[in-house]
Amino acid sequence: MSSKANRTTPLGLRISAIAGLLFLHLPLALIFLYAFTTEEKSFEFPPPGLTTKWFGVAWTSRPDIWPPLYLSLQVAAIATVLALIFGTLAAAALSRARFFGRETISLLFVLPIALPGIITGIALRSAFDIMSIPFSVWTIILGHATFCIVVVYNNAVARFRRLNGNLVEASMDLGANSFQTFRHVILPQIGTALLAGGMLAFALSFDEVIVTTFTAGQQTTLPIWMLSELIRPRQRPVTNVVAVFVFIVTLLPILAAYYLTREGEHTGGSSK
Amino acid sequence: MSFMSPAVRFQNVSRRFGSVRAVDNVSLDIEPGEFFALLGPSGSGKTTCLRLIAGFEQPDEGHIEIFGETADGVPPYRRNVNTVFQDYALFPHMTVGENVAYGLMIKGVGKAEREAKAKSALAMVKLAGYESRRTAQLSGGQRQRVALARALVNGPKVLLLDEPLGALDLKLREQMQEELKSLQTSLGITFVFVTHDQGEALSMANRVAIFNEGKIVQVGTPSDVYERPTSRFVADFVGSSNVLPPEFAAAHGGHAAWTSLRPEKIQIASQNALVPAACAHAKGIVTAISYQGAVTRITVATEKLALIASTPAGTDVRKGDSVSLIWPKSAMVAMGEGA
Amino acid sequence: MTTAVAERQRGIGGAISDLFFARPQLVTFLLLTPPLLWIGVVYIGSLFALLLQSFYSLDDFSGLVVHEFTLSTYAQLFEASNAQIILRTVTMAALVTVASAIIAFPIAYYAARYARGWTKALFYLAVMMPLWSSYLVKVYAWKLILAKEGIITWFANELHLRWLLDGILALPVVGGPSLSFSYLGTFLVFVYIWLPYMILPTQAALERVPANFIEASADLGADPRQTFRTVIFPLALPGIVAGSIFTFSLTLGDYIIPQIVGNSRLMIGQAVYTLQGTAGNIPLAAAFTVVPMLIMAVYLWMAKRMGAFDVL
Repeated sequence: MSSKANRTTPLGLRISAIAGLLFLHLPLALIFLYAFTTEEKSFEFPPPGLTTKWFGVAWTSRPDIWPPLYLSLQVAAIATVLALIFGTLAAAALSRARFFGRETISLLFVLPIALPGIITGIALRSAFDIMSIPFSVWTIILGHATFCIVVVYNNAVARFRRLNGNLVEASMDLGANSFQTFRHVILPQIGTALLAGGMLAFALSFDEVIVTTFTAGQQTTLPIWMLSELIRPRQRPVTNVVAVFVFIVTLLPILAAYYLTREGEHTGGSSK
Repeated sequence: MSFMSPAVRFQNVSRRFGSVRAVDNVSLDIEPGEFFALLGPSGSGKTTCLRLIAGFEQPDEGHIEIFGETADGVPPYRRNVNTVFQDYALFPHMTVGENVAYGLMIKGVGKAEREAKAKSALAMVKLAGYESRRTAQLSGGQRQRVALARALVNGPKVLLLDEPLGALDLKLREQMQEELKSLQTSLGITFVFVTHDQGEALSMANRVAIFNEGKIVQVGTPSDVYERPTSRFVADFVGSSNVLPPEFAAAHGGHAAWTSLRPEKIQIASQNALVPAACAHAKGIVTAISYQGAVTRITVATEKLALIASTPAGTDVRKGDSVSLIWPKSAMVAMGEGA
Repeated sequence: MTTAVAERQRGIGGAISDLFFARPQLVTFLLLTPPLLWIGVVYIGSLFALLLQSFYSLDDFSGLVVHEFTLSTYAQLFEASNAQIILRTVTMAALVTVASAIIAFPIAYYAARYARGWTKALFYLAVMMPLWSSYLVKVYAWKLILAKEGIITWFANELHLRWLLDGILALPVVGGPSLSFSYLGTFLVFVYIWLPYMILPTQAALERVPANFIEASADLGADPRQTFRTVIFPLALPGIVAGSIFTFSLTLGDYIIPQIVGNSRLMIGQAVYTLQGTAGNIPLAAAFTVVPMLIMAVYLWMAKRMGAFDVL
């Protein structure tokens, strides 16, 4: 590659990169399109006509949507709070000290995401079986919090690593004890990372289906509702309306998390 | 609190990191009101000593007292000692004013009072009106002043400075040296600062402790350690020096000991120049000339060893010239140890 | 005049803080215990419970689980129908991994070496968004695309390429009645869903290749092809391997995608799901999950030796 080629992008590379990105994004556009189609029995393309009536139908005449939605929101909110507490504790502990077994423990904290979800799901289910724990909201939350902890942990541990150790020492030097230092120096420094981790955890939980099918029993979360609609469809465009809603509910926290961690690079770093 | 107690006292203090003795059996008294320098190469233990005074480290052996009170087991936030960090460690999420007022806020000083105190502390370091700036908007020199104000506003009994001028460019460094000195004189607080720059230590400090491999090798006033180094290490590290072997020193009117001879004490003269009675001399050939701005360093190979002389710039000596080196016998300082 | 050492802080916060300062290990212990109990006991405990189940067996007559140690359940894995499920899944995972690596590379390379400023942020977001956005919605999107009456068929008709599509669907093994009921369809959806997991580590590895390596290679007379083969690819390989951990592992364990887009032949995930659900054969389901765990353990061990963990 000549130094000139370094400035201008080779055409083939540019085309394949853009084609790859289109491959990633165009399918999602179809979800939106089919929410407006007039055809409800098949996925005919192009749609024979366009209508906005399905949004009204989803809102008023499909009561089966609402309980799953509430359940998903409830599970995601509680799982996120638990993940924030436990994930932050783990990140703080593992970034502040070196001790025997530290590497093993940090591997342990990424395992729930590294192993396929089905393993987490069936493992929890067989544990519930053995201990005769009946399915409830809390069994779903337990499963979700397990992988949400990992998300918060990953975000927090990266920020803790960037946190300039001198800032903590400076705070103690100026008379602040551990709690005051946490409140006035550490928390403002890691706050955006925690918020970002919490949002990602919320998005992940709100959308999770693989582990949930094993821990939900007869309960229906929104993704499980969607899954059953995919397998046994009725009023297909309504499923699209819900899919659009789910897409937006997960996308907004992701964008916010991205924005927060980007900002964090400016405020979280030390003086240059 | 006794009137006689030193500001900081190290009694046989050791601090180990794993198998490394970062600080090895150090005993030291720093007197109230002193401007004291801890000087040494990197890894010599000087910064660990500073961190021991601040309370970030605790000694494995020995005791530290601050104004006669034991500091054993006392956390940093209960020591009336403040630190100016090498990278300044300004809180990036606070304004300049909030940074300076931080210690007062922690102590529970009311908002109006701490703002007024922060304001006057900033004025003291010539940053009046910078209260609401973000720290990211400041230059390196300004950050350093903020760090200084943030420490001083708490009225510490001892101010610790870790390589305070290390990150500044030459011009600013010289200016800050002057300001720190006059600040210390007017406040009368004990300043302890760490540096690896011998010029900085000599020009600013009342007394200097020189560190090597975790131990203090010499303590004294700047002129003590410069004029009368007690070891080859000090002679080499503080300024540069010709180290004369015992037999050479004895043959030239000194003691039969390892001896330090500063390059600027040596004059270069023509081969047949007269040698005054109080002086020693050696003949040799110029092997290298190095122009260094204000001075020129000339290396002369004598029969036994090469000596370096430094003369004011503008010498007319050339490489290969035969010259005579002349120096006062009193300039030869015998050192205690050979190593 | 104030004293040099302030008196002990009053209040419970100060007292606890003093204790923490004197015993830093105590703080680590207090911080670590709750999350470690969660992950170490709840999660790892469940995994062991699962492992334990795989050593039990199902009584064929009563349909009840016999709580006695046996390896007979593992032996069932080697029966022809079960071994085929495993082979089918591993083959699919391998193909998906290779295809993802090929599609991911240009995107990662472009993002790492040519994108600057806002284009770089755009590329990053363009990969992060599909990565994090709803899994089910993405799968659903492909159901729409691959449906018999869907957009692909329409395009084939418009471009007069219907013969090509029909030809592909007529192929043995990969074909089927329509794309959404074929291995080809399952494969496409897997590649789509896991692609971002391949792009990010590959890009991270490429970011670490200093530009002057490439210039040095060109300077030493290598043409672009040689530079790619001898410099860029070997340095990007740890990233590709790191990405393949995800694409491989996630394909091995997925049971939703082949259920929604695919034919009736099972993959490991589906087998596990049906065995533990309707069949109630938890021991065999557990034994099946040990397969991806073992494969991934070997895979991770090899990846670690190749230095893939440094780019994660």
